[in-house]
Amino acid sequence: MADSADLYRTVRLIRRFEQRAIELVRSGVIPGGIHPYIGEEAIAAGVCAALRADDLITSTHRGHGHVLAKGADPIRMLAELAGRETGLNGGRGGAMHAADVSAGIYGGNALVGASAAIAAGAAWSHRRAGHDRVAVTFFGDGAVNQGVLLETLNLASLRLLPVIFVCENNQFATSMRVQDTTSGTITGRAAAFGIPAETVDGMDPEAVLEAASRAVTRARAAEGPTFLECMTYRFDAHHTWEYSVRPRYRTDEEVAAGSVRDPLEIQAARVADAVRARIDQEIEDLLDQARLFAEASPEPDPSGALDYLYSSGLRGRGGTA
Amino acid sequence: MPILSYVRALNRALAAEMERDPAVCVFGEDIGIAVSNVTTGLLKRFGPERVIDMPISEQAFTSFATGAAIAGSRPVVEFQIPALLFLVFEQIANQAHKFPLMTGGQVKVPVTYLLPSSGSRVGWAGQHSDHPYSLFAHVGVKTVVPATPTDAYGLLVSAIRDDDPVIVFGPAGAVARRENVDFDALAPVPLGVARVHRPGTDVTVVAVGHLVHDALAVADELADSISVEVFDPRTLYPFDWTALEASLRRTGRLVVVDDSNRTCGIGGEILATAAEEMHLVAPPKRVTRPDGAVLPFARELDLALQPTRGQLRAAIETVAKGQ
Repeated sequence: MADSADLYRTVRLIRRFEQRAIELVRSGVIPGGIHPYIGEEAIAAGVCAALRADDLITSTHRGHGHVLAKGADPIRMLAELAGRETGLNGGRGGAMHAADVSAGIYGGNALVGASAAIAAGAAWSHRRAGHDRVAVTFFGDGAVNQGVLLETLNLASLRLLPVIFVCENNQFATSMRVQDTTSGTITGRAAAFGIPAETVDGMDPEAVLEAASRAVTRARAAEGPTFLECMTYRFDAHHTWEYSVRPRYRTDEEVAAGSVRDPLEIQAARVADAVRARIDQEIEDLLDQARLFAEASPEPDPSGALDYLYSSGLRGRGGTA
Repeated sequence: MPILSYVRALNRALAAEMERDPAVCVFGEDIGIAVSNVTTGLLKRFGPERVIDMPISEQAFTSFATGAAIAGSRPVVEFQIPALLFLVFEQIANQAHKFPLMTGGQVKVPVTYLLPSSGSRVGWAGQHSDHPYSLFAHVGVKTVVPATPTDAYGLLVSAIRDDDPVIVFGPAGAVARRENVDFDALAPVPLGVARVHRPGTDVTVVAVGHLVHDALAVADELADSISVEVFDPRTLYPFDWTALEASLRRTGRLVVVDDSNRTCGIGGEILATAAEEMHLVAPPKRVTRPDGAVLPFARELDLALQPTRGQLRAAIETVAKGQ
């Protein structure tokens, strides 16, 4: 079981990774921008600390935290964001699709709510093969009105699948407030399908770990899915394009109020200063190394733009005759 | 020799692959009682963990199949109604098809989507009569439209064994077909390989799915005046361009009969490719559904929008005379 320092390390790693990634977006090393996970780190850290290495996750457009917490190499993760051949996906996925199947990371997904059914199918397949692997699917509050997610709740409950539904309720679906888009309650949706659901303090990594551990125990005991609504707040932009577009859907005061409880500070308070200082330094060194590696890594050869499209090796025709 | 029906061929292919490979499983609606007759006997033989009646949640169970495939299963997903493909287009085109590339080759997605009755069955109206194979060829999903029972067997087997998503359309106009076959001789038919049903020297007719049988009938009618080669691509994506080129080298004349709406139908692609790259001595023609066709309910109106033998015959006669 992860101790306080382990959780601190994960939260800190995600926070600093995101801050440095934002710098690299600004300097143009990362094309296209990112969806920063800053403020929500406790959820990825707590949930993934409850998992085994062979358990699996599916993620979202805002997935860097999940990928790092589940154990992907941060160096190859940053190279992926920079679109380099050395990245986790060879530069084919980028910020929204980073995957490391060997670490149980079945990829981010750019369609809101779309990865839950993939997680459920993978969980079913592993169970059929005789494994006791658990699948976690992360999604935001914006996903709880997507049909395919609601369909998956039904299917997972019906077949008692070892799936944990983790809703990261950061209060906003891009610019839309949860109360303006969502009737009823979020946990009520799970309850309607007979899935035990609880609301968790998503700012406290240890509270998340505790709730996730209970869910994992249920899943591994073949008692079926659990739904966790983790209350959190997105401290930064929906996407880095906000830095130039500057949409006004919440005030600076509101963001400041929402950021008062900071998962990094909450967890830092549980770790001795000396230990924390050492962890912080290790993370800075690692991320320095990640940046150098990304910048030194080759850009993919354009002739390979359709590599991996077909597992069977099929090559379609090119765009000119 | 025993008689094999198209539907029975699909059923035999499923059973044979499930027997051969424990990773193969079937998802769908009403497949336990085999409402489309394709899954007859499978539930009893292979059990409810491999033959799963799903809730009416097509989007969820289509992506469920993607996840299962990534994790090592080889699901076959049956859709009773072709219009369901519009509902799950995201799950197929945007998820299953894109995962291998987006992950840099970390995953395979060996899912087969099976449509045991696509196109018009006459009298099923606007939302049960589509034939959207061109959409999937456009996206780049491997797309198969068998015309005969033996091809239905062989192509479905190959689809299940393929490591990529493959969609298999069984045209409603072909599923009633029967064939005398030696069951022991049934074999996989490779994807991407066309079949010439009838050799000819004057005009190549590329016919898709059930229209192969119409093309053969018209070729018979015209036999005294025009020698028609009936070319069945069998797989629309990847298309067997090499075989088409060889056929056109012989005939130099091309007609396509395609049950797609005209704009962006596969027929347009075949004509364009032939015009760009192949030997043609006369302007080619295609016979298709009209632009934007929605099949109306009444029999006369439904039939009015599907390619007919009369239209095909006229097109062949025009192209045979053209220069």
